Amino acid sequence: MPNRSLFLKILSAVILFGAWEIAGRIPVSYAFPTFLEAMGALFRMAGDGTLWTAYAETLQPLVVGVAISAVLGIAIGLWVGLSNVFDWLFSPIFIVMQAAPLAALIPLLVLAYGIGLTSKVLVVCIMAMPVIVLNTSSAVRNTPESMKEMGRAFLASELAIILKIIIPAASPVIFAGLRLGVSAGFIGAILAELKITPTGVGDIITYSRSIADYPSMYAAIFSIILLAVLFLNVLEKTETVLFKGNQRGYVSD
Amino acid sequence: MVPESAVSTRNISKNYGDVEALRNLSLEFPRGQLTSLLGPSGCGKTTLLKIIAGLLQPSSGEVEVNGHTVTGPGPDRAFVFQDFALLPWASVIRNVAFGLEMRGVAKSEREAIAERYIREVGLAGFEHAYPHELSGGMRQRVGLARALSVDAQVLLMDEPFSAVDEQTRRKFQEDLLGLVQNEKKTFIFVTHSIEEAVYVSDQIAILLPRPSRVSEIIRPSGFRDKGADNIRRDPEYLDIVDQIWASLRSYVE
Repeated sequence: MPNRSLFLKILSAVILFGAWEIAGRIPVSYAFPTFLEAMGALFRMAGDGTLWTAYAETLQPLVVGVAISAVLGIAIGLWVGLSNVFDWLFSPIFIVMQAAPLAALIPLLVLAYGIGLTSKVLVVCIMAMPVIVLNTSSAVRNTPESMKEMGRAFLASELAIILKIIIPAASPVIFAGLRLGVSAGFIGAILAELKITPTGVGDIITYSRSIADYPSMYAAIFSIILLAVLFLNVLEKTETVLFKGNQRGYVSD
Repeated sequence: MVPESAVSTRNISKNYGDVEALRNLSLEFPRGQLTSLLGPSGCGKTTLLKIIAGLLQPSSGEVEVNGHTVTGPGPDRAFVFQDFALLPWASVIRNVAFGLEMRGVAKSEREAIAERYIREVGLAGFEHAYPHELSGGMRQRVGLARALSVDAQVLLMDEPFSAVDEQTRRKFQEDLLGLVQNEKKTFIFVTHSIEEAVYVSDQIAILLPRPSRVSEIIRPSGFRDKGADNIRRDPEYLDIVDQIWASLRSYVE
């Protein structure tokens, strides 16, 4: 079976890149390079170091923002899920954050926090945190009542019920939220570099576009997607290692 | 001859807002015997069981277990849940050892105890299986082993066999008779099946709904020693089943 799923993954990649290559050759637009041109640009940038310098820049707000969002988001989510008062207090903030048109709010962030790292980290957090908080809190609230009751009947303390029952029971949805949050964080990091100050990967995108070097621009976009996919895979592996039973189906009936 | 009571409930009332679930309910549960709480749905039998377990607080009245007033769940009682309430991410042995884990028993010791009870309920070889890999009947055996492993004097069973198929259920009922004889524990067993109640019980408390009260206490005596295979043919068994149905019929819509 794993061979089959690997085969399907490769097949879908081949179809996608094939379609890209064909669309580039037609061409659908002057601003749309072929897949091979984009890959050429990617290897050139990797070779001369441009790409690595750019990522050294981009990864700062991304890693800091995603780490803050994950830790704080899960903590707040647990809190919101466990207490009605905090649900009432915090949930609306994150729902508003999630619905807010971020691009329009960036100028306000820049006014308040300047054009440095702080603003960019904030953009990543605003993108990543709400979905992590909301998923975590609803997962915590939906822990089956009978499991918690079982915990109490077998003399588990409040803390043990949270650690041994609620968190493992909520973990699949928490991880789903983390995956969504991390993807949103990647978008946020690039958005910040496009909208605040062109640095890192955002700079490659802006600069290549301004000099009509479209292969480089698409290579940069491709690289960030690739990084996001790799990171999500790592996250999935982490979940499998931490919560073995999650991959093993659920007892519902 | 009725032995002294292991559990007594005195004037228990339970209100949910304006709804009166239990009114002034007093009942004695003889030590070392199995008492069934039998009644149509909505008669508050599960509510009473959860009050005895300490999972629910009565609005008034008190429960005594071995002379001590119940204020919450305690080590003297163990609970078997209708929906099994197993942890889907934990293997059979971890599920069975959960109660011991919460009591602070060291890992090697609690696993040894859990293994013994897994064997006793007939699940040897499934120690490292996960709940979703087991049939409904096997899952409830895990629930039973978990309740037995903490060695409480009182075993509270909330319609434990209602979610398993008919054949498994019969096997369970036979095994339960053996368990009552060998384990020297006091069993309190909630069921809505008249046949099941008469088959397994030393004492049957018939509860009538809205608000719940004990309408009758029946103590089958004649057929307990005739062997598990002969009970269902015994005239006394058949008479009691008929008698209970006659008194419950008018409460079933």
